[in-house]
Amino acid sequence: MLILIAVLTLSFIAGSFGLILGYAAIRFKVEGNPIVDQIDAILPQTQCGQCGFAGCRPYAEAISKEEAPINQCPPGGESTIVALADLLDVEILELNEENGAHSEIPLVAIIDEMNCIGCTLCIQACPVDAILGSAKHMHTIIEDECTGCELCLPPCPVDCIDMVPIKQTLADWKWPAPETLSGNQHA
Amino acid sequence: MPNSVYSFHGGLHLDDHKSESLTQPLQIASFADELILKVSQHIGEPNTPVVTIGDRVKRGQLLAESSALVSAPVHAPTSGTIKAIENRSIAHASGQKAECFIIVPDGKDEAIDVEIRSAESTALDKAALLDQIRSAGIVGLGGAVFPTAAKLTTANQHGIKTLIINGAECEPYITCDDLLMQNYASIIFKGISYLQAILQPEKTIIGIEDNKPAAIKAMQQALTESSLSNITVTSIPTLYPSGGEKQLIKLLTGFEVHSSQLSFEIGILCQNVGTCAAISQAIDKSRPLTSRVVTVTGPGIKNPGNWFTPLGTPVSHLINLAGGYTIEKPKLIMGGPMMGLTLKSDQIPVVKATNTILVMDQQEQEIAQECIRCGRCTEVCPVQLLPQQLYWYSRTHQFNLTESYHLFDCIECGCCSAVCPSHIPLVQYYRFAKGEIWDQRRKTYKSDRSRKRHEFRDARVAKQKLLDEEKRKLKREALAKKKAAELAAKEKTEAESSNSQNADAVQAALERVKARKKAQQVDPKNTTDLTTDQQDQIDEADARREKNKVDDA
Amino acid sequence: MTYSSPYITPSASTNRLMLNVLIALIPGTVAYIWYFGVGLIVNLVFAISFALLFETAILLLRKRPLKPYLSDFSAVITAWLFALCIPMHSPWWLIAVGIGFAMIAGKHLYGGMGFNPFNPAMVGYVAVLISFPVEMTTWYLPLQISPDSLNILQAFSYSLGLVDIQQWDALTSATPLDQYKTSLSLNMMISEIRQSPVFGSFAGVGWEWIANWWFIGGLYLIFTKTIRWHIPVAMILGMLLLSFSFYVVDPDSVASPGFHLFSGGLMLGAFFIATDPVTASTTVKGRLIYGFMIGTLVYIIRHWGGYPDGVAFAVLLANMSVPLIDYYTQPRVFGVNPPEDH
Repeated sequence: MLILIAVLTLSFIAGSFGLILGYAAIRFKVEGNPIVDQIDAILPQTQCGQCGFAGCRPYAEAISKEEAPINQCPPGGESTIVALADLLDVEILELNEENGAHSEIPLVAIIDEMNCIGCTLCIQACPVDAILGSAKHMHTIIEDECTGCELCLPPCPVDCIDMVPIKQTLADWKWPAPETLSGNQHA
Repeated sequence: MPNSVYSFHGGLHLDDHKSESLTQPLQIASFADELILKVSQHIGEPNTPVVTIGDRVKRGQLLAESSALVSAPVHAPTSGTIKAIENRSIAHASGQKAECFIIVPDGKDEAIDVEIRSAESTALDKAALLDQIRSAGIVGLGGAVFPTAAKLTTANQHGIKTLIINGAECEPYITCDDLLMQNYASIIFKGISYLQAILQPEKTIIGIEDNKPAAIKAMQQALTESSLSNITVTSIPTLYPSGGEKQLIKLLTGFEVHSSQLSFEIGILCQNVGTCAAISQAIDKSRPLTSRVVTVTGPGIKNPGNWFTPLGTPVSHLINLAGGYTIEKPKLIMGGPMMGLTLKSDQIPVVKATNTILVMDQQEQEIAQECIRCGRCTEVCPVQLLPQQLYWYSRTHQFNLTESYHLFDCIECGCCSAVCPSHIPLVQYYRFAKGEIWDQRRKTYKSDRSRKRHEFRDARVAKQKLLDEEKRKLKREALAKKKAAELAAKEKTEAESSNSQNADAVQAALERVKARKKAQQVDPKNTTDLTTDQQDQIDEADARREKNKVDDA
Repeated sequence: MTYSSPYITPSASTNRLMLNVLIALIPGTVAYIWYFGVGLIVNLVFAISFALLFETAILLLRKRPLKPYLSDFSAVITAWLFALCIPMHSPWWLIAVGIGFAMIAGKHLYGGMGFNPFNPAMVGYVAVLISFPVEMTTWYLPLQISPDSLNILQAFSYSLGLVDIQQWDALTSATPLDQYKTSLSLNMMISEIRQSPVFGSFAGVGWEWIANWWFIGGLYLIFTKTIRWHIPVAMILGMLLLSFSFYVVDPDSVASPGFHLFSGGLMLGAFFIATDPVTASTTVKGRLIYGFMIGTLVYIIRHWGGYPDGVAFAVLLANMSVPLIDYYTQPRVFGVNPPEDH
């Protein structure tokens, strides 16, 4: 008899919570998939394709569907992996070096104007339209908009594009963190 | 003379080490062999040079300027030749270089011709005063080097009720403002009168720390001699950092400037005494800002003192004037021991922000011990922050938490680092965290732009594709139509020609049939000459036929 | 490496603070030995040796530099406090287990010095208290009333387990607090209980004077600005409030506030254990709440709990609450919501 009462009580409790959860799932349902936007906001928007996807947004969508791990982005580096791990509550992974290495100093492309033939192949390749120019006219890279994705280098038939580090100015100098006894790990 | 009644939390009583540099009177520094004049010496848009290499310039001549509102021009401190315009080491923590004029003085110290306003001339109006201040290149000489004309213009738009003159000079070792007040109090008051003319505040308060009795006395005297009203000289207790703008405002008025506000938003404006003196020189004597008082002091200097120094003087020249080094491995600091900046060499020049050259002993930099959470930093913080929490979160890179603990309210005064038993360089952690946060904001801004550009580019490409597709479709249709039309025309002509042939043949055939029929036209033989019996048989058959017809119907 | 301002070396130093604590511990320790004999010295020797041993071993394992961590006296202080909390003549293995637990699970597991949320000495003490109840309740009579006592050699051999224990049975007794607890539960009156020879003028014989010396040591710490007054004062107030309220109602069935203040580990706890800066609250208001909490908890555990002395448990419970206390007692930042009285 007692067992029956116990079973009924527990079933009742389980049932009511189930109903509450069901109601909450419908009442508080979130439209769309905001997680993709949140992941995309963390990615560096280099649009380089080194992750294996055609840009940052497709990679973000793949992460949200758990079809890709979070350590594929070389321009994002460790800070992006940590931020993604924090957002998605997953383990922090080491950057997958097969996709490329992370460089601390950001690089931008620069066209050697002596050799440019005005073929527009690089303009078509640039994912953020950072190259100014037109057919048979000089091409130039808008330094402020260049993300350093290097997609313009392969198409150039005369190989006149180089990657150079961004000039460090007084405005973007940062104080280094002081040394600690534990050897400057994040603790 | 009133004493301030308000106080702020925390602060440190430091050994002020002021007496060392007060043994000598204020002196005038000679010109060095080469002046390294930084092209931009203010916060804001950088200046561009208006002279070129090889030009001969005179004292007070405009050398570089910018058209932006928040900027201040730079003038020649003496007459000479522009030897070069190149990058030289300047006073910055990074050790990076910046563009500087290299001026070789010719020893004549000729000034450019200017109109000196006579005392009888009519008082200048606000706009003219501001214009004079701006063209004289005056910036805040308390160390912030914010262009004064821009500050006053913005403040004026808001309306200022209280003007505060900062004579506190709270950091140890620094005595430049002290001597300026002792010797040139009347000039400072002239400057204050111009500020009052521009801002028209209800009252003006001059705050001076009580470890400067001579300065307080001199300023009191000058106040009584001047004809200004609604001004008080207030002595404030000697406590570091009472000279910080927000702390001074709290001490003198009791108001706390909100963390996201600037002081003029609550009707209060603060100016350093040195800036006031510079304003007076600019307006009364049309002299642009080309020199300032610099204290040279510290345990590593033979004869510490104060010198009225031309901008661009290398630090080494000043140190020679002060008798040279007394220690083997000196540590050069521009500024005070609490908030100053280490200089990597003594070839770095004096700029508008330089108030002190401090020479100390090289300290061995030990790695800090662990934080024992003793809470002394919290006890001394003048902004009532929790430095300990800021330290923990900066160290573990949790920068969003540092912001929620008000990291950007930190004035980097150094009180917390100065009391930490574990000798943790707390201020460096906060500077590091601020730098990382700013860097992150820049990166986010850039990546947002890149995302937009990428989306736009994808949309553009897609649109182009659609347009191309449309065009192709139209072309195809046009082609198809044309083809169809041609085909139709061809068939029609063919059909027409075959039709007329057919018509003749048919006609001929019809005629033949008619002719044949006519030929075969013969009457039947048995319908005439009928016998009666034959007639009766025909009638009977007809009647029968009629009857059947009726029956059937 | 660029170093930022300020460029003055602070006059305070962590090593000096720890040294002050050790100096402040000496009077009480000497009093303890005076009243109870040399057993404490054995405890101290073993505890300090094991502490330094364990600390070195773990630092080597964690690949940390030895000198900065060993030269602050934190391991020595932990060992000293632990040695004071456990009974004299404790076996060497009990000390080893306790100190080992304190160093490893109480300190280095969390990241070492400065990172531990729980007071290591208390963690070690509580670990051995619940693991070895017999040894931890074998207290000794003060020399004044004890029939015999051990000399230093005997004490060492006893602790090392080299000699037989039976002959010194007569020396054992319960602590005054113990006495109170058991007698009260047998419904004896206070006046009757106080007849027992273990009680002195206001607290236990010997114990009361040791507590006095802890108090004096504590005053030295406050005077030298090693600790701040907030935690000890709040703790004593917390204890006084409760014990006074109950005493006033029925003086014959509860111990007096004076007894509570000067017996057991309360004075030691107030000035040396609760004030451990790493595990205590850091904001001013927070410290008052923290101290008060410990004071009341000690009384509650002593009166209603299962253990005669509640200082260790009270401190650990308060340590657990510190993050919450700190979060809700943040001071008002300058310029944020200023008071509107101008």
